[in-house]
Amino acid sequence: MSLWRQLTRGLRALVDRPAVERDVADEVEHFLDEATAALVAQGLSREEARRAAAVEFGNAAFVREQVREYGWENVISSFAGDVRYGLRRLRSAPGFALVCIVTLALGIGASTAIFSAINPILFEPLPYPRASRIMMISDFGVNGSNLDVTFGTYREVSARARSFDALAVMKPWQPTLTGSAEPERLEGQRVGAKYFRALGVMPALGREFLEAEDREHGPNVVILSENLWRRRFAADNSIVGRQVRLDDHAFTVVGVMPAAFENVLAPSAELWAPLQYAVSFTPDSREWGHHLRMVGRLRDDVTRAQAAGELDRIAHTRLPEFARVPWASLDSGFIVRSLQDEVTNAVKPALLAVFGAVLLVLTIACVNVTNLLLARGARRRGEFAMRAALGAGRGRMIRQLLTESLLLAVVGGAMGIGLAQLGVRALVALSPPDLPRLGAIGVDRVVFIVTLAVTTAIGLLVGMMPALHASRTDLRAGLEDSSRGSSGDHRGTRAALVVAEVALALVLLVSAGLLLRSLQRVFAVDVGFDASQLVTMQVQESGVRFDADSARYRFFDDALEAVNRVPGVSAAAFTSLLPLSGDIDVYGVHFERDADRGVLAGLAPEDGAALRYAVTPDYFEVMRIPLRRGRLLAAHDVAGAPRAALVNESFAKRRFPGGDAVGQRLRFGPDDGQWYTIVGIVGDVKQASIALIQQDAIYITPRQWHWGDKLMSLVVRSPRDPAALVPEIRRAIWSLDKDQPIVRVATMDELLAKSAVERRFALTLFEAFALAALSLAAVGIYGVLSGSVAERTREIGVRSALGASRGDIIALVVRQGMILTGVGVAIGLTGAVAASRALVTLLFGVSRLDPLTYIAVVVVLAAVSAIACWLPAWRAARIDPSVTLRSE
Amino acid sequence: MDQTTDVIQGTLDMLILKTLSLEPMHGFGIARRVEQVSRGVFKVNPGSLLVALQRLERAGWVDGEWRQTENSRRARFYTLTRAGRKQLAVETAEWTRRASAIARLLKAEG
Repeated sequence: MSLWRQLTRGLRALVDRPAVERDVADEVEHFLDEATAALVAQGLSREEARRAAAVEFGNAAFVREQVREYGWENVISSFAGDVRYGLRRLRSAPGFALVCIVTLALGIGASTAIFSAINPILFEPLPYPRASRIMMISDFGVNGSNLDVTFGTYREVSARARSFDALAVMKPWQPTLTGSAEPERLEGQRVGAKYFRALGVMPALGREFLEAEDREHGPNVVILSENLWRRRFAADNSIVGRQVRLDDHAFTVVGVMPAAFENVLAPSAELWAPLQYAVSFTPDSREWGHHLRMVGRLRDDVTRAQAAGELDRIAHTRLPEFARVPWASLDSGFIVRSLQDEVTNAVKPALLAVFGAVLLVLTIACVNVTNLLLARGARRRGEFAMRAALGAGRGRMIRQLLTESLLLAVVGGAMGIGLAQLGVRALVALSPPDLPRLGAIGVDRVVFIVTLAVTTAIGLLVGMMPALHASRTDLRAGLEDSSRGSSGDHRGTRAALVVAEVALALVLLVSAGLLLRSLQRVFAVDVGFDASQLVTMQVQESGVRFDADSARYRFFDDALEAVNRVPGVSAAAFTSLLPLSGDIDVYGVHFERDADRGVLAGLAPEDGAALRYAVTPDYFEVMRIPLRRGRLLAAHDVAGAPRAALVNESFAKRRFPGGDAVGQRLRFGPDDGQWYTIVGIVGDVKQASIALIQQDAIYITPRQWHWGDKLMSLVVRSPRDPAALVPEIRRAIWSLDKDQPIVRVATMDELLAKSAVERRFALTLFEAFALAALSLAAVGIYGVLSGSVAERTREIGVRSALGASRGDIIALVVRQGMILTGVGVAIGLTGAVAASRALVTLLFGVSRLDPLTYIAVVVVLAAVSAIACWLPAWRAARIDPSVTLRSE
Repeated sequence: MDQTTDVIQGTLDMLILKTLSLEPMHGFGIARRVEQVSRGVFKVNPGSLLVALQRLERAGWVDGEWRQTENSRRARFYTLTRAGRKQLAVETAEWTRRASAIARLLKAEG
């Protein structure tokens, strides 16, 4: 009943507003009539009675408004009215509206784009069922870093640990697919049988690997990614059970992964085969090499800490059936961390810093719009005074003003989302290649909702202060003085906002400056070799004819010879590990001296691991890596000859402080009873990232290693443009065997640039944001000063009439602006010092308090704000006193 | 003399309903009746009264009806509905319960 009434009356009010208005007016009028009549009856004259009744009644317009406002329909209709009115007001000031909308669109667009990039990486769980249960387990490396586990360790852990539902190890695999189409080298993984179970994703077609398939000499089976299945096998549903040729071997396809399967552990992998390592093995086999990553899914009732505790107990209690080797003794236990951490840790600081930066830009944009709204509010004081006089309540006026700012924000937000779509595309193009979950980046529903919420919040936020200001109008002052300036209090708020803007811009500029200086330092780092005039490519042997090591060595020897014959090549060499390429190959090292000492003192020998470079003797000449002591590797260091090894300088210094490392003997990798003798010491080379600490490295010739490498990188030095030689080098290798894939062709300079890509990524964004912040701050200062000049036209006119020179007036205005800048700089400096703490992990070779950066930024900011001050000052100086004074 | 009734919204509604339970009345009539019967203790704010009438009508407790007055102006007369009568009983009972509780408390204290 009453609900029905609510509905019908409300609808009537919406449909026939005039009738309802008339009703309310009539009722109020009638009330007054009756009151007057009652007073007349008490003996007052008609006129007095009317006046008394009106006084008692109060503001009739206000009462009418109150009565009219009752009911749900009014919320709708007054909002609609506010929107209509707001649109009209904004249309009447298109310049103002455009500036506000564009400013907000830029701020919202940039932050939406950045948010949509970091959301899947940092905040969304990985795309696996109960992803938080997936753990990565690794050995302790040098300085507590992660070290890949050995197969021996994996075998022991998987037999003993009870905390995991599924445990698996994995290693990269690059088979060459041959068949109907041209040969293609694919990225894949060799994995333990329970790999997919650990991740919690099962093949969409076929089945996962069986335990029985993950044995030495097990069947050749392969699981394909959906993408590869589509690309190479035309999404053929009958693929399961069929055979494909990989590296000249027939592999049976047992499964196809679903399209939604995202393999975060190796994003580019397109096919998987079982690891198929031996179950029993000797210390000298590859099973004791640190080259596997281990992943495990926790049992439901086990926490990460409990699992870590169990692994620790396993590490410290040796069982006779699980022998260990010195370089995988597990004496320091294991590192257990979640897959999420593993995937995001490396990029987290950069992403959070970028996000912080974009939020600063958004804040500056908001401050700017607030400023513009305040200035506009000042110009509209007459309007507000009029509305207040006509009975508009303060709440009503605030609502109207907030509607206007919301309108601006919504239009800005809509444009912002459009900009974000473009921004995301640019971001993906610009991002470092190892940024995880690149495919998941996009403006999705979550991003949309967050943007909507942020936009609304911004609309209310930027409108609140101007609305409160404008509605606090002193009626009489506003009406009398609608044409002239604003109150001092008002000006104070705007000055405060400008100060805030300068301070925020300073924080951003300092951050960008620090990153820029870091990047300079990164490029100034000595990588340990001469990167110019070098071209490199990876050559792989593929096919059964290379299954014997001797055939491998011969192929690479022949290839080197063929490449050396190419005109323009001054020197060429092969290496198993290419610096700055992301290659990594680490083995345990064991010094003879330590072993003796360990035996004598009853201590376990000191463990350590070093990078293994299997290089042809010319490698050092090609790379121009300096020899510090002893000799380089030579052509006579072949199988059967005494094993020779080179170590890098810092490794030698650390292990043999004071003594000479040359002549010392060490075991490296699988223990086959033979020693390598250190014959020389070479300069340090950066292997991983140029910013990382120096890693230990051991160089040996390919023929003196325990097995032949299938995958080698060719490095070629040429006095001419080395990139131009690539086709001829390729032809030379293919003249030996046309089926050998050659990949990863790059000049060394390109690899050098790539290794700084993460920093460069952060820097590019910071530069863009800093530039945006700088221009917004300049616009803000300019806006406030020119507004203040406009308001003070009369005062300035009087001043110049009284004899102030143009210079005096310019000084007056500029001083006003520069004082604001100065205060902002002071506040911003403290903010920048605090904010730089968040950047520490991104900085390299530069203090977060680097004085040069701070000084340079202050100078730039001061210069820009001086320009922003100059324009209004110049305009002020041209004010003609006779004109302004007459116009008053 | 200047206590106003609209401090407690509930009481204003109850007073209006009570007043209308005697006879249909227009807004000013209600205000004057409340003032007279309370001997000037309660003074009804016209704005609050008219809004309250809107609310009561929407709730279905009173019916508003336009009539022509003798000087050919339109006047809105309010009548108590059945639902309104029930509501008045509820509110009166509730008010009495509270008032007597307060009275007991004050007496006990004294």
